[in-house]
Order: sequence, then structure tokens, then C-alpha cells
Amino acid sequence: MSEASANSQASNIASPGDYFNLLKPRVMSLVIFTAFVGMIAAPGNIHPALAAISLFAIAVGAGASGALNMWWDADIDAIMTRTAQRPVPTGRVPRAEAAAFGWFLSGLAVALLALASNYVAAGLLAFTIFFYVVIYSMWLKRATPQNIVIGGAAGALPPVVGWAAVSGSAPLEAWVLFAIIFLWTPPHFWALALFKQGDYERAGVPMMPVVKGAASTRRQIFAYSILLAVAGVLPTVIGMTGYLYLAAAAALGAYFIYAAWKVLRAADDDQRPAVHLFKFSILYLFALFAVIPIERWTGLHG
Amino acid sequence: MADEQPEEIDPIKQRDRRNLAIALGLGVFIVLVFAVTILKIGGSVVERSF
Repeated sequence: MSEASANSQASNIASPGDYFNLLKPRVMSLVIFTAFVGMIAAPGNIHPALAAISLFAIAVGAGASGALNMWWDADIDAIMTRTAQRPVPTGRVPRAEAAAFGWFLSGLAVALLALASNYVAAGLLAFTIFFYVVIYSMWLKRATPQNIVIGGAAGALPPVVGWAAVSGSAPLEAWVLFAIIFLWTPPHFWALALFKQGDYERAGVPMMPVVKGAASTRRQIFAYSILLAVAGVLPTVIGMTGYLYLAAAAALGAYFIYAAWKVLRAADDDQRPAVHLFKFSILYLFALFAVIPIERWTGLHG
Repeated sequence: MADEQPEEIDPIKQRDRRNLAIALGLGVFIVLVFAVTILKIGGSVVERSF
């Protein structure tokens, strides 16, 4: 707020694109997609334009929490090669600006969602932002190797928010979609942490491989992969989806376990299975969730 | 202050671009709130007998 801040204001060379990058566009795309699937799966009638505006509000809320994460984690991001080029660590966007931008957009997003849909959805969006920024970024990330396990709840909430936007409530079915993303998060991020372990170690982030070692992390990845594969078929078990979904979930889940098995059995210096699992995990979530709207539109959801 | 700026990127120009983006963002927000209002009221509002 003193001299340094005044100077950065006078020589601020940030472009609008730098601010857009604060929203973590790639994470946002997954949030938009999973929230959209929650909307499709939910019963209830909402005007398509209101649904689109609600989805936009959820996306902005997710982006805002990304900006707040970059504000809080600027010191960590500057050390890690994966994140060193983000707008705050490179100095293009002043840190305080990222905070103001994030808090302001959070307010706008929650207010817009409250107007366009209902207070249940808006409350859930506000809780998602709070959980990601305060519980995960500020507290858990630097405190415990269970950081991304518990913090994963924030990333798993968007389909529940989408569901609530359409139906005004968040019943068990919505939380099954939550459970899938929640159980997907640990193997996804621990696979990344295995081949980026040095980064996290230097930054002092207590990721599982840093604290408990690679061998323990690989066992836990495998255990979560089995839980994930089981959770993956639950939507059909509770009658929310049909047999096309069941077939896709079974095949994708089986391959996920296979990829996690390769990670478990890999030689200590061989990072390729972890890279492969990380990439496949992204495909897994997109493919699995894509089947839900496909079933709805073709009338196959039973 | 102006002498201290790097020559490649003009901060005044960048500020103008940021201001334009903010104006567009606010414009979009206004349009969205208006659209939500109309959609929530529903089409029958024009047929009301005040």
C-alpha cells in the first residue's frame, strides 16, 4: 500500500488479458462443464436464458476464486515453474489488484446468480468461493498433506450449484456428482505432485509426495482410484442415469484403475505413468460427465 | 514519471485498454441484470391492466 504500490499503479502495464488469466480459464472451463451437467441432470424448469446467465455467474464465481487464489499464493506461485508465469508473480498485475478484482467479481457473481436463479444456488456458490479461498488456499494448502483431499470439495461443488440453480434444492443425486469429483481430485493432483514434486518441495507446500514420500502417495492414488471407479457407477445405481452411462463409467473406471496400477508398479525414477494418469484423469472426468447430457438428449437415461 | 516507463509498452495505452474492458464488463452486467428482470417478470407484464 506504500511506495511500492504507488509505483506499480503509475507503471501498471497489465493488459485486460492479464486480468482474464487471473480467472484460471482452464479450470473455469471444467467448472462450466460440470455445473452445466448438474443443470442438465436436475429436474425442474428454468428459462434457457436464465440457465445460461446462471451458468455464466457460476463461471465468474469460479474465476473470482481463481484470482483470489493467485492473490494469496503469489509467493508460492513465484517459486514453482508450473505457476511462475502467472500474472501476479511476473509482476504484470499488482497483488492488491488481484485481491480487489477477485473479491469484487465474487460479489457480482453471487448477486447475479441470486437474481437469475435462487438463494440456494447463490449460497452454495458463495460457500464454494469461501471454501476454496479461505479453507483451502489460506489454511489447508500450507498446513497438511490432506490439503487437496479436503480442498477438493470446492472443485466438486459446481454440479451441485448448477443443480440448485435449476431445481432450487440440492438432493442426494446432486451429491453423487459431488462425490465423483471429490474422489477424482486426490489421484488427479497427486499424479501431478509426483512428477512436480521438486516444485512443491521448494515452495514448501506439504503435498503428499513431499510429506509421506512417493511410495505412500502411489498406494493412496490407487486406493482413491478404486473408490472413484465405484462412485463413477453410482448415478446408474440410484436411477439417475442409464445403461449407456453405466457402460462408459465401467470402462473409464477400469482404465483409471489400470493407469493407477501402472503408477503403483512404476520404477521410482519413471515418471511417465504418473504423467499418463494425470492426463487421463482430465479426459476421464470430461468423458464421464459428457455421457449424462448425451443420455438426456437421446432419451437413454431411463 | 513518464521517463521511467519502458518504451515497448506504453502504460497509458494499457490503462486505456483496461478501462475499455471495465466499461464493456459493466455494460454486460447491466444488460444481464436487465434481461434477468424481464425474464423473471415474464411476458404477461405488458398485458397488465394497471
